[in-house]
Amino acid sequence: MPHEALPRDFSKVLTTVRQRLLRLHYEANAGHIGGNLSCLDAMLVLHLATMTEADRFVLSKGHAAGALYVSLWAKGLLSEEILATFCGEGTTLPGHPSGSGVPGLLFPTGSLGHGPSLAAGLALALRHKRKTGKPENRGRVYCLCSDGEWQEGSCWETLNFALRHELDNLVILVDQNGLQGFGSTAEVIGISDLAPRFEAFGAFVQSVDGHDPESIRAALATSEHASSAIPETRFGVSETIVHGAEGSPEPYRGIPSLQAGVTQNRRPHIVVLRTRKGYGLHFEGKLESHYLPLTREQYEEGIQRIQTEGRL
Amino acid sequence: MRKAFAQAIIQNFSDDDCFFLTGDLGFMALEEVRDALGERFINCGVAEQSMIGIAAGLAREGMHVFAYSIAPFCYARPFEQIRNDLALTRLPVCLVGNGGGYGYGYMGPTHHALEDCAVMAALGVRCLVPAFDADIVSQLKAQRDGPVYLRLGYEVMPDGENVLSYAPWRCVLPGSQGVLAALGPLAGVAWKALSDLDEATRPAVWAVTELPLEGRAQPPQAFLKAAESDTLYVIEEHAKQGGLGMQISYFLTAHGLQPKRLIHRHALGYPSGRYGSQSFHRKECELDANSLRVLVLQRKTP
Repeated sequence: MPHEALPRDFSKVLTTVRQRLLRLHYEANAGHIGGNLSCLDAMLVLHLATMTEADRFVLSKGHAAGALYVSLWAKGLLSEEILATFCGEGTTLPGHPSGSGVPGLLFPTGSLGHGPSLAAGLALALRHKRKTGKPENRGRVYCLCSDGEWQEGSCWETLNFALRHELDNLVILVDQNGLQGFGSTAEVIGISDLAPRFEAFGAFVQSVDGHDPESIRAALATSEHASSAIPETRFGVSETIVHGAEGSPEPYRGIPSLQAGVTQNRRPHIVVLRTRKGYGLHFEGKLESHYLPLTREQYEEGIQRIQTEGRL
Repeated sequence: MRKAFAQAIIQNFSDDDCFFLTGDLGFMALEEVRDALGERFINCGVAEQSMIGIAAGLAREGMHVFAYSIAPFCYARPFEQIRNDLALTRLPVCLVGNGGGYGYGYMGPTHHALEDCAVMAALGVRCLVPAFDADIVSQLKAQRDGPVYLRLGYEVMPDGENVLSYAPWRCVLPGSQGVLAALGPLAGVAWKALSDLDEATRPAVWAVTELPLEGRAQPPQAFLKAAESDTLYVIEEHAKQGGLGMQISYFLTAHGLQPKRLIHRHALGYPSGRYGSQSFHRKECELDANSLRVLVLQRKTP
């Protein structure tokens, strides 16, 4: 059961963890800091204020391994000694998770588009255990994706599957920072907001400020009660009328046929996190935050801003 | 072998923790499996990448999972899912590829699986290539420490013969003019083609049904001894690269052994640029019964 509220010291913990993430990447001379900062708030809300021992977590955007490692460190599941080996020789903490050697880590990830199907398999198994009365029967499965990742067809394959099989214990978080490897999502594929597409498929979708921990917590808490919390209008025929092809006698009103086979109150839950890549750093919202490690000056400036502003 | 496979599943893997996933295939073959497993038989649709990821998730929670499709759609389309989600994790999912080699015949080259064993073995996925229907149960029931790939074909059995109890290497036909190793169902083809020749004029025929040649799938001493003393024939409906022939050659070299002569018949792709039944393609590759017979008779009197 998700927490009713964030822990009282959550803001302080978040500040500490941000500093640790920054140091982690600086000392390892590791890139991908942008995509780690964009999802760190959600990662910490998940691990400190949402997930229970019965739950499972899949980091589909494996390049955010640093954010996962510092979250587990904050939770006391990774020691400082082990954390300090990040991206070093002989480490168990490579730049993308290996799938072993880290508490709660179930799969190696890093190639995008794998997480949703892995998570759907876990969700299916947990539901099966629930039906057959085996232990660990209350678990939910949380899967954190990037937004560029949803250009992989395998993600949509799995969304279809999750809807068809009514995997209401599956929660997918999408870190929608709008930037990918070599451009913005708008430039590359013409999509800046995935939420309408998810909703058109029939998922239960919420879109929140991904840098507002309380909003994230509240959205994740909603998933626990999703079956009763979904307004009818969110699932029925779209309120937005899209006109059909030229000459079509009737305007196109959503895609009710796709949704007809799915029970309304048993749907996967998708939380779209509206975020900024490289949140708070000098290259916030810029492509270079995807790749470039921090110089000493950039690192020290970032640490200073955390200390003085409570935000990067 | 599909029906034998289906019965093997129904009779041995209908437990509550068994899941059977299919990529929208199995018409007139898997209906009984579907009925036996109920909601644990899941048609994942035409979505093989997703199917393998889902299989990995189920297996991670301790489920016993089969993932079925036409062979190339099973191992090639979701290659990276097999590599990352199954091979790296060593999750014991059983991939089932129907129609190994040229099994789908005139359906065309997209439906053939000529390099599957090499690809899977390179990932550390053990390949099970049953020669006879009865092999399937034994292969599936063996304890595994990681993913396996079951390559289903079509059984060929000489009239009036019985299958030997299962082992990864079995001598199905004795002979003293060298030794012939056949991958999977080609063992039955060779057995049938050479059985009426005098034992003194034919090679011994061995059925090889697991790759790579490690652990209990290593060639037995009797085979190695025969291979060293005379001609070694290897036949397989698989590409030359990474198949049985290369694996035997590597094994022999690594153990300081050398056959007097190696004759390797394997899948050649589509040398004429034309397509047909499995028999047509076997003939083009000189893997059909008549070609094997001619080969052996030629070797007898060089």
